[in-house]
Amino acid sequence: MPHIHPETELHNPQSAKPPLDPHLKALENEAIHIFREVAAEFERPVMLYSIGKDSSVLLHLARKAFYPGRVPFPLLHVNTGWKFAEMIAFRNEIVERYDLDLIEHVNPRGAAENVTPFTHGSALYTDIMKTEALRQALDAGQFDAAFGGARRDEEASRAKERIYSFRTPDHRWDPRNQRPELWNVYNGMIRKGESVRAFPLSNWTEVDIWRYIQAEDIPIVPLYFAEKRPIVERDGMMILAEDPRLELLPGETKREEVIRFRTLGCFPLTGAIRSNATTLDDIISELETATVSERQGRAIDRDQSGSMEKKKREGYF
Amino acid sequence: MTAPATANAVEHVAAGEVLAFPAQEPARATRDSRPLRLITCGSVDDGKSTLIGRLLWDTKAVKEDQAATLQRDSKGKQNDLGLPDFALLLDGLQAEREQGITIDVAYRYFSTDKRSFIVADTPGHEQYTRNMATGASTADLAVLLVDARVGLLEQTRRHATIATLMGIKQFVLAVNKIDLTDYDRARFEQISHEFRELALSLGVRQVTAIPVSALKGENVVYDGRASMPWYDGPTLIEVLELATTRSAQTVGFRLPVQRVSRPGESFRGYQGTVAGGSVKPGDSVVILPSGMVANVTKIVTFDLVRNAAVAGDAITLVLDRQVDVSRGDMIVAIDSQPLTGLSFDAQLVALQAEGIQPGKRYWLKSGSRRQRVQVQPASQLDLQTGKWNHAEQLPMNAIGKVHLAFDEQAIFDSYEQNRTTGAFILIDPDTNNTVAGGMITAKRSALGGIHTEDARVILSLPADLADQLMATELFAGRREEAEVRRVSAGRAVEIIDDIDG
Ligand SMILES: Nc1nc2c(ncn2[C@@H]2O[C@H](COP(=O)(O)OP(=O)(O)O)[C@@H](O)[C@H]2O)c(=O)[nH]1
Ligand SMILES: [Mg+2]
Repeated sequence: MPHIHPETELHNPQSAKPPLDPHLKALENEAIHIFREVAAEFERPVMLYSIGKDSSVLLHLARKAFYPGRVPFPLLHVNTGWKFAEMIAFRNEIVERYDLDLIEHVNPRGAAENVTPFTHGSALYTDIMKTEALRQALDAGQFDAAFGGARRDEEASRAKERIYSFRTPDHRWDPRNQRPELWNVYNGMIRKGESVRAFPLSNWTEVDIWRYIQAEDIPIVPLYFAEKRPIVERDGMMILAEDPRLELLPGETKREEVIRFRTLGCFPLTGAIRSNATTLDDIISELETATVSERQGRAIDRDQSGSMEKKKREGYF
Repeated sequence: MTAPATANAVEHVAAGEVLAFPAQEPARATRDSRPLRLITCGSVDDGKSTLIGRLLWDTKAVKEDQAATLQRDSKGKQNDLGLPDFALLLDGLQAEREQGITIDVAYRYFSTDKRSFIVADTPGHEQYTRNMATGASTADLAVLLVDARVGLLEQTRRHATIATLMGIKQFVLAVNKIDLTDYDRARFEQISHEFRELALSLGVRQVTAIPVSALKGENVVYDGRASMPWYDGPTLIEVLELATTRSAQTVGFRLPVQRVSRPGESFRGYQGTVAGGSVKPGDSVVILPSGMVANVTKIVTFDLVRNAAVAGDAITLVLDRQVDVSRGDMIVAIDSQPLTGLSFDAQLVALQAEGIQPGKRYWLKSGSRRQRVQVQPASQLDLQTGKWNHAEQLPMNAIGKVHLAFDEQAIFDSYEQNRTTGAFILIDPDTNNTVAGGMITAKRSALGGIHTEDARVILSLPADLADQLMATELFAGRREEAEVRRVSAGRAVEIIDDIDG
């Protein structure tokens, strides 16, 4: 077993960077506290890793929380088979680089029945390939705690969610009977089969995430940066037209545009934005003047108000 | 176990082609203050959600697509002024939108050029008081709303009391719906006066009263001079920008140990968040409850080995000798130690329908320490009179004084001294639910009743036997006559051998 030599090896080469501003430092401290608390109190924690910017921050904080030890739980990626190719390449690189344990799960029923966003519609597709798949993976691993990167500023029902969010054995969330959560004293007591979702980024906003990525030099998928890319316009969204499985409908044409993504998910359901932001500075100043929220690009949130709460009650993350 | 040095080594791996590595750019102007945490409270329909909606709206925290959803959802519910229903920005749950009320606390984020804010919108209904207590526990400031036409209500008093109990020292009284009183100055002054009296009786000195129309946005972010030329005080946002955040705790160093990090043979660190004071290498510390003494050799974080850590910092502490430290222990300054003992006084808010039952054994969690406790209610606060009346048990939403009796050493500061190490929750072992939020007021020096410390019988039993005995009704009735100490079976054998031998 390798040994750490005090003084020398404990000095991290990153120490050259300037200290975090107090606002981000406070958010970081809170997240690390939550990570350690969950890791200590639960038997089988897992971290949901969606490869997006919030997941990248979450992973960075996990590494900080357990340093100089290894991240003491696996990462779970619920794959739908329709993620951007660049996301998967990025994921594999990160897992290797940071010596992480990755569990990848695809809903076998969905795969067998060939459920796609094109054939089954976004609602049913999301239900099977994400919600159901997540439940399968959590059950299979018998995980009693799952870290997620959700933020309260994302959506109205999330604004109400606890940091330790209790789930029944069939993964349901009861928003009307949440446990009170006082100070930073978290109640981790559950019965067998029950679980919690833990949200270390609850109090972060989208701008905080970007400012932290910049301050800490955290790698992210390049799709967040503007570049000339092939797109096709569909249902008022610009979809990336790179994957050979994307069939053009009558009247649709492929064209190139300088675009980037504010959130990343399944490429057929994720709308790009026109943007010239090629650096983190650009992204942050674009955000500070943005007039639409980040969820605007997501097809699954637009069905109706309260659609996210419904999905969450049924076990969607 | 894997290589402890992994986290270091991998930093040097060159960037893969698919990775976007942000170039080092000059640091942007940094904000110099922590976010201010505030709660809004008051009675149902006083306009809490509308006020926060207005704060978000006027500080441009609402984006176009959210505004469009808001306009759409407000259809048919628009008020006379034709303004959207701002409360819909907050009341995000289906049940809330259907019933038009706030059920659960919502956290929202907004900022001005001067500062960022985290605001908890709390429900006004009495049955949801527990959620109000939740919001208050972390807040630096409370905005109390009253309807200018109605004045103070019992619920207003209840909220002010809970907020004070939870350690909030700064209050804003927002006399809302002032537009519906024709901007009646006398009315505003009468309500402010009444509230100041209430505040004084609670020991609160910092109160700013502001006449507000949340709906029209007067004296929230923009001033309301056009309608209220008689008011020349600050707007709500001006008060919030100047308010102070909870200052770093002044008492001695406190580190509740969350976990022990042992990535390799040669490294042993104690991980936790500093809950008070500060620490630096060379400091002498005591590990509680064992009382062992050690010196700090290093403060380890991912970024660098630090030469000091202060309250709020999440750190890993390395000590100079092999000592037995585990989760739930507290590492503290040798010259400024917390209270330890088996018996404490506390105040608490009962959060669930079952209330707090006398003699029932609960789990108490404070920091990272969880232990069994028996709770004996002593009195309950009457919100009408402000008097503490004798009480045998505490119903839901009651504020009570209680005695806590532990089986094993407990470690606290008073809540007045330290809002982290003086706070706890009670968990019902039958439901696993959080049934109370509590604050330590003092350590009880002597046990009540006729039995003195000397008269108690001390029983050292294997842990499982001790638990069984203490769970019996017979024992519950006579617990002041005997103290049960849990020992391992092996240790019990040793004790018996000692006696026999
Ligand atoms: N005229 C007037 N109406 C208001 C004002 N503030 C809130 N309201 C209305 O009072 C009602 C209750 O407001 P709401 O924010 O839901 O109250 P809450 O229960 O305290 O959250 C809604 O119909 C609001 O439009 C105000 O300043 N002036
Ligand atoms: Mg409300």
